[in-house]
Amino acid sequence: MPELALLTHVQHRNLMTVEEYRQTGGYEALRKVLLEMKPDQVIEEVKKSGLRGRGGAGFPTGMKWSFIPKNSEKPKYMVVNSDESEPGTCKDRVIIEKTPFLLLEGIAISSYAVGSSTCYLYIRGEYYDQAMILKQAIEDAYRHGFLGKNILGSGYNLDVYLHRGAGAYICGEETGLLESLEGKKGWPRLKPPFPAISGLYGCPTCVNNVETLAAVVSIIQNGGDWYAALGTPKNGGTRLFCVSGHVKKPGTYELPMGIPLRSIIYDYAGGMKDDRKLKAVIPGGSSVPILTADEIDVKMDFDSVAAIGSLLGSGGVVVINEDTCMVKALLRIARFYAHESCGQCTPCREGTTWLKKTLQRVYEGDARQAELDQVLSIAFNMMGTTICPLADAAAMPVRSYIQKFRHEFEYHVQHKCCDVKPAVRI
Amino acid sequence: MISDRLLAEFDSIVRNYPVRRSALIPILLTTQEHLGYLSDESIAAIARYLNLPAIDVYEVVTFYSMLRRHPVGKHHIQVCTNISCLLLGGEEIFERVSKRLGIKEGETTSDGQFSLAEVECLGACCNAPAMQVNYTYYNDLTAEKVDQILQALQKPEER
Repeated sequence: MPELALLTHVQHRNLMTVEEYRQTGGYEALRKVLLEMKPDQVIEEVKKSGLRGRGGAGFPTGMKWSFIPKNSEKPKYMVVNSDESEPGTCKDRVIIEKTPFLLLEGIAISSYAVGSSTCYLYIRGEYYDQAMILKQAIEDAYRHGFLGKNILGSGYNLDVYLHRGAGAYICGEETGLLESLEGKKGWPRLKPPFPAISGLYGCPTCVNNVETLAAVVSIIQNGGDWYAALGTPKNGGTRLFCVSGHVKKPGTYELPMGIPLRSIIYDYAGGMKDDRKLKAVIPGGSSVPILTADEIDVKMDFDSVAAIGSLLGSGGVVVINEDTCMVKALLRIARFYAHESCGQCTPCREGTTWLKKTLQRVYEGDARQAELDQVLSIAFNMMGTTICPLADAAAMPVRSYIQKFRHEFEYHVQHKCCDVKPAVRI
Repeated sequence: MISDRLLAEFDSIVRNYPVRRSALIPILLTTQEHLGYLSDESIAAIARYLNLPAIDVYEVVTFYSMLRRHPVGKHHIQVCTNISCLLLGGEEIFERVSKRLGIKEGETTSDGQFSLAEVECLGACCNAPAMQVNYTYYNDLTAEKVDQILQALQKPEER
């Protein structure tokens, strides 16, 4: 069993009260931070750890924190992104369900580091039970003096407010989330200014993912060097990989950064369900370019996955077997992005729907061969032309599925049926 | 009608924010949870309460997929068919529910007990295929499991 940083004490039981959490050393890191460390020292330790944003972008967390102005006349806000909605991703809820105080302790340490006394925890609306767990945990933390005024006698104050979303993928994008938190539709903002300078209510704001904040606790407990050494260079620590699809043991596994994808699938997720052959893997949530069965020796860290043309993304590993029609898989993903495009930017609003409609016809065998290249051209023209990365998220799978599995798409067009056996007439 | 009890809940939500409008989505969710959906009357009342033009509230209501302008069944069944669920039979689960209840996507049974929606990723990918009935998750679904769940949800006299 590799060394863990997040789920260390919750392999066999959950820690649902302050008392249970403290019995495993919980809140010692916060004590150390508040009584012995200056905010800058916390930021330095996190920089040293090589922790990178676990929401998907992989931006260095310590650096993100250092962008928050030290002296600000305006209040500073910490905002927790728990709008987990990237298809294939279900890791934040594992932290919330198993060890909610790890998140709350991480929030307190991080808020202290950036000089914020107010935190909003934005959780997707469908996670109602998870929101109730957090509500209870927040009340418990207040009762024990780990939130509120003068925490642990340090003079530091922190209030945490739970805020439920109402169903919109785009609110996982940090400025879309801030708009939503301000009571508006989740239209992402033009950047700059970045939220660190002008975020919630125009004030300096730090937006971090649940897994990122939870990781901060072990960094303080064991040191940034310890955390960095768990992973690979510039990719410190462990990662929660959610393995779903055609495997024997789907589940969320905490594993070191840089573990080979092959090992995740065969050593941890039990290998292929029903011993069917592996065809493809989505390594980091539905928006990243797909990998073929020949590419699974890649090390699962941000830089290694990027080096072979995909992305580590959100850690959602979707395993696909030989019986799967890649045209159908892509069509479902294209439908998702067309549904979730917020409609603000023309290339995304028009492009996602155009892709969906054309792929629907390709699937039904009602498209011309030339339209496959047209699909690629639409996807190419969507990339980098919009305010937020949703257009890229829609375009990347389209380009990679057609490039890597083109014969399946051509077969649909030419034969009006599927190449995947048993062949089904559409 | 927005009751006094609901108004008191609005008051406690508003206190969480320095800017009143931030309470809009939590207030809409709370209202929907109490009244089943967001009627024109509720929207007008919420707009007045937050001192917003009604159009701003409509804009938000129509943007978010969980906010509803119309009533749904007592048991609102939401089946995920996104990628992880699709691979393990999410569409078949949707069809099973649809066939058993005799309703299609977006429809409600005539007795008002069940409604059906195909939804995007619910974040239950490692327990696919999955669905939610109201806020309750049902995981690792099979046709037999779906039948059992629906049977258990039906009122005793209807069995």
